Amino acid sequence: MWINLFMRTIEQGIAFSLLAMGVYLTFRILDFPDLTVEGSFPLGAAVVAKSIVLGVNPFLATLLAFIAGGIAGIITGVINTKLKIAGLLAGILTMTSLYSLNLRIMGRSNIPLLREPTIIRIIEEWGISSRFVALITFILIVLLVKALIDYFLYTEVGMAIRATGDNPVMIESLGVNTDYIKILGLSMANGLVALSGALVAQYQGFTDVGMGIGMIVIGLASVIIGEVVIRTSRIPLATLGVIIGSIIYRLAIAIALQLGFAPTDLKIVTAILVIMALGAPSLRKFMIQDEFAEHLLEEGVSDVKDN
Amino acid sequence: MLKITNLHKVFNYGKINENYALRGVNLTLSRGDFVTIIGSNGAGKSTLLNVVAGSYLPEIGQVEINGQDVTKWPVNKRAFLVGRVFQDPLKGTAAEMTIEENLALASKRGKRRGLRLGLNQGRRHEYREMLSLLGLGLEDRLEDPVKLLSGGQRQALTLLMATLGDPEILLLDEHTAALDPKTAIQIIEITEKVVEQNNLTVLMVTHDLKQALEMGNRTIMMDRGQIILDIKGKERENTTVQGLLKKFNEKRGHEFTNDRVLLSE
Repeated sequence: MWINLFMRTIEQGIAFSLLAMGVYLTFRILDFPDLTVEGSFPLGAAVVAKSIVLGVNPFLATLLAFIAGGIAGIITGVINTKLKIAGLLAGILTMTSLYSLNLRIMGRSNIPLLREPTIIRIIEEWGISSRFVALITFILIVLLVKALIDYFLYTEVGMAIRATGDNPVMIESLGVNTDYIKILGLSMANGLVALSGALVAQYQGFTDVGMGIGMIVIGLASVIIGEVVIRTSRIPLATLGVIIGSIIYRLAIAIALQLGFAPTDLKIVTAILVIMALGAPSLRKFMIQDEFAEHLLEEGVSDVKDN
Repeated sequence: MLKITNLHKVFNYGKINENYALRGVNLTLSRGDFVTIIGSNGAGKSTLLNVVAGSYLPEIGQVEINGQDVTKWPVNKRAFLVGRVFQDPLKGTAAEMTIEENLALASKRGKRRGLRLGLNQGRRHEYREMLSLLGLGLEDRLEDPVKLLSGGQRQALTLLMATLGDPEILLLDEHTAALDPKTAIQIIEITEKVVEQNNLTVLMVTHDLKQALEMGNRTIMMDRGQIILDIKGKERENTTVQGLLKKFNEKRGHEFTNDRVLLSE
């Protein structure tokens, strides 16, 4: 039983790691706080579920989900760069629109996939022990995606994306249209997020229109945990960290559930985790100032305020 | 080479903080000209550079580079013509990326960027040689993120990047002002070296009047959005810093005021 729970947790971590990878691309590489994620994750799940129900090959359906997410990213990018609406708001606008769109795609708020063919079931038919099918499938997909992203971020275009997040004025003065670069980055990131949604839907056996809620925070938590585990500026290690972060996050959640936390409380736990991690530098600054004051007092400076 | 005609630039037109920064600037540079620009606070020196770079669009006037009218071109479109170094050493490089990656970004100046790897052994070798010419030991730190470099090292790297990819014009906006005196001298030496090597046309804003007269082949003085003095050749050789200030007073009837300017001979 414990082994089963552990394996399910790892499987989830890997399926969700593509979401974390998308969040890593926008928040860390592009320095763009993209909330589209909350809409593109269920978008991927909606597209894959509806397509499968309509009889589309599950692999093709998963690819369609990826493309749909990419388009969502483009829309956020265009709203931000061409209409000059702040990035945060641009993401919220797309995310809100996607809620309606996802319901339209699905036709109702929930589509079960338990009796439908999924990529997991197709691979099962290839004769792999059903115990490991989901794990192996997800690992292969995620490693392939990771390798592609690692390579891409070292290409000329990929380096321009990194530079756009790092110093947009500079890369513009070197001839790069940062608008296109942002749109490209957002598109890739949301494609990955939708792909993650498509995998999760097939894995859990249903798509629900509300499954995007809190995804941005989960993605961020994974990215941050990954950064704590692997501190690096090298892309291949950083993306590995993101995957590991996503797995550790799922393990932490599983442990919390075993400890008796209500599933509905997990979102606030996650949010507090992210607040603490992102707020750590400021908290540390307070502490260092205090230490410094203490140090001065010990040295015999009686009143720090009067010079 | 560079032809600036009747340039006017106004900020916040019609508002209480309206600022008429350029009032009919005309300037023509030949290939290989190295022009130093001096002037009091708010004279329009940086605005002029920003208009040439494409960061600001002028209200009236024209900027031509190599006979091409680039007035309306955005920064990224004219990047292949213009290299630039800012006063702030942090502005010219991507801090999280490595030295070699920054150089690779610059060597694709204004060119199509594709899905080839940005770096290869050939390029690394090339960059190592380029960096060794700076004499700062950066050639052994190709894989260090730029954020680990000092201000002077970053500015030297920025200078190198500003000349990569064969731009026609180099814009230097008080690029040594944020550095300590010793490093500033180093950067000035490197500037002269890279300008000569690449046969660049240069516009350099400086607050050091002595440097303005010593570097390059031509000096212009700006005040209140206009060029009020333009000297070169014999006339420039015979001009001293005190002479410059005197000329300024004669022309404008008010004192030359710049809170950072160096008046020393």
